[in-house]
Amino acid sequence: MASVALTHLDPASRAAARGWSDLTIRNLFIIPTLVFLIIFNIFPLIYSLGYSFTNFAANRSEPWQFVGLQNYRELLSDDHIWSNFIITAKYVIVSVAGQMIVGFGLALLLNRSFPMKGLITTLLLLPMMMSAAVVGLFWQLLYSPSWGPINYVFGLGDFAWLSNPDSALYAVAITDIWMWSPFVMLLSLAGLSAVPQHLYEAAAIDRAGWWYTFTRITLPLVSPILLIALIFRTMEAFKTFDIAYTMTTQPTAELIAIRLYKQAFQQWDTGKSCALAYIVLIMVLAITNLYVKYLNKVKER
Amino acid sequence: MAAVRTSSEVALNRAAIVAVLVATLIFLAPIYWIASTAFKPKELAVSVPPTVLFQPEVTPFIRLFTKRVQMQKPVDPQVYEAAPWWEKRIYDGGERVLKVGKDVQLSQYPNRFMNSLIVAVISTVLAVGMGTFTAYGFSRFKVAGEADLLFFILSTRMLPPVVVAIPMFLMYRMVGLNDSHIGLIILYVAFNLSFSVWLMKGFMDEIPKEYEEAALVDGYTRMQAFFKIVLPEAATGIAATAVFCFITAWNEYAFALIMTNRRAQTAPPFIPSQIGSGLPDWTTIAAGTFLFLLPVAIFTFLLRNHLLRGVTFGAIRK
Repeated sequence: MASVALTHLDPASRAAARGWSDLTIRNLFIIPTLVFLIIFNIFPLIYSLGYSFTNFAANRSEPWQFVGLQNYRELLSDDHIWSNFIITAKYVIVSVAGQMIVGFGLALLLNRSFPMKGLITTLLLLPMMMSAAVVGLFWQLLYSPSWGPINYVFGLGDFAWLSNPDSALYAVAITDIWMWSPFVMLLSLAGLSAVPQHLYEAAAIDRAGWWYTFTRITLPLVSPILLIALIFRTMEAFKTFDIAYTMTTQPTAELIAIRLYKQAFQQWDTGKSCALAYIVLIMVLAITNLYVKYLNKVKER
Repeated sequence: MAAVRTSSEVALNRAAIVAVLVATLIFLAPIYWIASTAFKPKELAVSVPPTVLFQPEVTPFIRLFTKRVQMQKPVDPQVYEAAPWWEKRIYDGGERVLKVGKDVQLSQYPNRFMNSLIVAVISTVLAVGMGTFTAYGFSRFKVAGEADLLFFILSTRMLPPVVVAIPMFLMYRMVGLNDSHIGLIILYVAFNLSFSVWLMKGFMDEIPKEYEEAALVDGYTRMQAFFKIVLPEAATGIAATAVFCFITAWNEYAFALIMTNRRAQTAPPFIPSQIGSGLPDWTTIAAGTFLFLLPVAIFTFLLRNHLLRGVTFGAIRK
């Protein structure tokens, strides 16, 4: 390889001969990062793949045994795990759907000029920047059946949002919707502001109704970016741990990440939890792949 | 655009603005509740009906920073008179501040806050430093399999923390990195590095190559051109990336919960652990939460023009 640089510099020129070669610089800049990520992300995953075929328990000193696919077999036939996956699916659907509706709705409302628009938009974005664990904890007070402002405002009496098995998961989802609708709003606003104004003018000249304009112009042009928001939020909601873990201990709100945490660090069933981690990992990577594909598509436009 | 607007359009526009204002109030209500509870007298935090307006006081912050015990009998009036104003507030609440000799004993909060600060700042500097070099490499040079490598780098960001934490916990235990600042810093660098590479690559791509070419022709080496031309041009991008990495590390919960318990514990796992059993003192928890959220709120305003870029890994720029 004579020249690896994209800047067209004659390799025989004086400039190219000074200092380190471009090839050296490129390797020096890129390889440490790749090595770091391999050591601290890929190597641990290989390590835990090994343990997923054993009955290793990290809190005991007795030697572990190779058990083949037994962990995976047990997990896939365990009703408890399946119910965790179903809870997670419910959570993902409710919370992501809520975020898409509220977030896109807010963006439609914000997509006009009015005084202090910048300030209001930034204020609306605050929830998503904050620590989910810490803010989630505080929602315990907001939801409190005895003195929570939510029950007071909506006249719900002593309804126990977080300790009622039927409502705990949805209470967490509501908090998640509050936190992450701003994310969808931010992306939608970018999509909406990129719709060429002349299309709306043409529609107005044709006396097209609001609904017609919305479904034929706005939605199709914003949908690629909405899809990005949808996939990203789905992936994140699937991985949810902190907000649900600090808000409630209800088994009906035990998401798969919480189950994994308990299995690994409370029951110390290390081998099996490595296997469960792999099942979760494969699912996350599938969504990630989809996400990056669409991200590149939107980028190209 | 000078479009003629009908009266119904004007009305619709006004209704939308009113709706936006209402939505903003609803979204800010929980944050107001945290901030206001941090300044409430203890009994007003759990009052029925909930208290919205009140005489603010700083007692929760005094309680946040001190170790206290319940008093068995009322305080000696002479001791009370001699006490500084903040100590009187504690006496008023029926408690006394624990002391060693004359030194007031601090609660664990300042220590956990410092741990958060140490881990977030150091991991940010490392992640942004490495990320900037790597982004330049990807932006300016031909790299075989570039798209695959970038996907690999991004995918490390998407790994669920608990999945990575299980093997990391075992490895750290072997080398004694559990409950250490360094251990947590390494994890946060690994987590933020991919983000920093992607975001910085977007910023690097925007700096015209002609700048460096001109410098190279003028007799700079490429390294000189990088440090003297490219880095100053990328300063805004580096600052924005750093703030994002800082916020992520600052807010992180799962790794901190699993990897630390005493020495290196950061604020996110510490604050919920205060709830414990019995009736929690929400004003003190709110005071801790308020101080913890404040830097992030300030940063959000500083970052407002870069938020879109940040949350899409630099893919959507506007």
